[in-house]
Amino acid sequence: MPALHDIIREGRLIAGHRPWPRAMVSARQWQLAAAEAADGRLTLSGLWGDAGVVHMALLDEESGAAAVLSLECPEGRFPSVGRLHPPAIRLERALRDIHGLEPVDCPDPRPWIDHGAGAPYPFLTAEGDSLHQIAVGPVHAGIIEPGHFRFTANGETVVRLEERLGYVHRGIEKLMRGAMLEQGAKLAERVSGDSTVAYALAFARAVEAALELEPPPRALYIRGLMAELERLANHLGDIGAICNDASFAMMHAHCGILRERVLRAADGCFGHRLMRDCIRPGGVVKDIDGAGLALLEALVKDIRSYFPALVKLYDNTASLQDRTVTTGILKPALARQYGAGGYVGRASGRAFDVRRNIAYPPYDELEFDVPSLSDGDVNARVWIRIREVEQSLSLIEQMMARLPAGPVITTLPRCAGEGMSLVEGFRGDVLIWLRLGDDGRIARCHLRDPSWFQWPLLEAVIEGNIVADFPLCNKSFNCSYAGHDL
Amino acid sequence: MLKFLLQGLTRPPLTEAPPAPEDAELAALAARLQAAARRRLGRSLSIREVDAGSCNACELEIHALNNAYYDVERFGLRFVASPRHADVLLVTGPVTNNMRQALERTYNATPNPKWVVAVGDCAIDGGCFAGSAVVEGGVSKIIPVDIHIPGCPPPPLETLKGLLTLLEQM
Ligand code: SF4
Repeated sequence: MPALHDIIREGRLIAGHRPWPRAMVSARQWQLAAAEAADGRLTLSGLWGDAGVVHMALLDEESGAAAVLSLECPEGRFPSVGRLHPPAIRLERALRDIHGLEPVDCPDPRPWIDHGAGAPYPFLTAEGDSLHQIAVGPVHAGIIEPGHFRFTANGETVVRLEERLGYVHRGIEKLMRGAMLEQGAKLAERVSGDSTVAYALAFARAVEAALELEPPPRALYIRGLMAELERLANHLGDIGAICNDASFAMMHAHCGILRERVLRAADGCFGHRLMRDCIRPGGVVKDIDGAGLALLEALVKDIRSYFPALVKLYDNTASLQDRTVTTGILKPALARQYGAGGYVGRASGRAFDVRRNIAYPPYDELEFDVPSLSDGDVNARVWIRIREVEQSLSLIEQMMARLPAGPVITTLPRCAGEGMSLVEGFRGDVLIWLRLGDDGRIARCHLRDPSWFQWPLLEAVIEGNIVADFPLCNKSFNCSYAGHDL
Repeated sequence: MLKFLLQGLTRPPLTEAPPAPEDAELAALAARLQAAARRRLGRSLSIREVDAGSCNACELEIHALNNAYYDVERFGLRFVASPRHADVLLVTGPVTNNMRQALERTYNATPNPKWVVAVGDCAIDGGCFAGSAVVEGGVSKIIPVDIHIPGCPPPPLETLKGLLTLLEQM
């Protein structure tokens, strides 16, 4: 624990950064911090560029402490973190493409987000007998997001998978610059549509941290309800979709029904199936009424009576288990090294959940388990999600029972400040960092999807598996393309 | 598993559940859609979905068209895996620079006659992402679009209505 503390103390503390400290550090301290992350004493949670400065967010998982280190790069260069700590490599490549800052000695000189004018991309090679390549994407066979996968296979067995992402890069961080808060919230909600609530919440919390403001208690609980509904919808949909990728369509059909019911309940309560435009800095703009609460109560009851039979079906179908058990194993050491969030980390022994480890309201007042397993296979990831469905149902009930009365939004002061937030989305921890100017506009906003630390692991997980199991592994990770590409 | 199979046989389909206003609307749409699809395309319309820079919410709602509530396959609307099998391209997103070429290629790979449906606000004119230097700002800037379906994301029923309008125009 003292490590993070000491590094911060040696640096120059920046006033007005909340809720965690931010310090300007020297290149030596910067590298020291990178070495700490490489040794596993700290978790790298983000790395992003600013005007002539790079920032690195670090977590001390044991104590729940977090901090941001900043390094000036007057010549547009900074010492690579990826050189010591591979999880930083893609972040640095993106930083180079988007901000023009050069990570000196970064092991991978290739561009990442910037695809240039159609120049061929030098994929990594694999050597050996009888290898062939399979190129997939960016346009895939299903209704999914675009990305390119380059497999090198020996017969059926994957020897190497390399991902190429960036196809859905929309330049969100640049659009954020100078935006008003309302526009910023809209953009944040559209970073990764499946995590609309998580992003809206993370954005609101970062703004509230910067402005030193706490929303009314009722708003906190309504946000919690929305967040758990989003988690439910995604988990239910994905459990079915994973089974579908093992050609077990019946689970898919039934889980799809449950997902649809969650979306309809969300629509009934908050006026939008994905709960867009509901959470704003200062609180929420959609209150819940008696009819809404009745809808939620019925929904929880419905899922409680429907879901257990589906879980049994999953557990008792040998042909399905044959596909998911021991497929796509993520080793706990890798999950730890990459700070993999969400069910990807928790199925591989990294029992980290922001709602528990760096608790924010209303979760600090609620009871729930953070399920974790250590098998790390597709099956373990499915089970984590099954358990989390149960936890979310219980959380919704607790929040409904305790829902405070009162207003749901406060007005915001117009002042400058810096804020950071970490929020547990269904996929893992979303980090948002922002700086507000005196005029109340966003000077800079960085949004880091949990997928950044999950995508690289998918490459490791598929190694030695058969090509036909890739969809299964991929769906069990369900990384966001849009969230990653920004 | 047997229990589920039996239930599937004995229980009424969800789509014919007691007519909440929305379900009634769905049923009426279904009838029109089926008639139109049959008249114009024999029995089926093959759809290829292309994400050209979406936030993925449009995909989630297009996916929902396949669930038991909407079940578009019963009208002969089918999502296919290759543009070469498709009659219709359903395109989402503001078209990022990085997806432009892939979209053009997908369009060129689709046999004639073909139709393009732009789904979602950002497919229309870039939506929230309009003005970004790395997006083209709408599907119609790259390929000809026959119909636009607004919404962010359009709920499944709206997409269904849009497809119906297209069928009636064909
Ligand atoms: S229209 Fe809205 S929901 Fe659809 S891709 Fe664009 S931002 Fe996402």
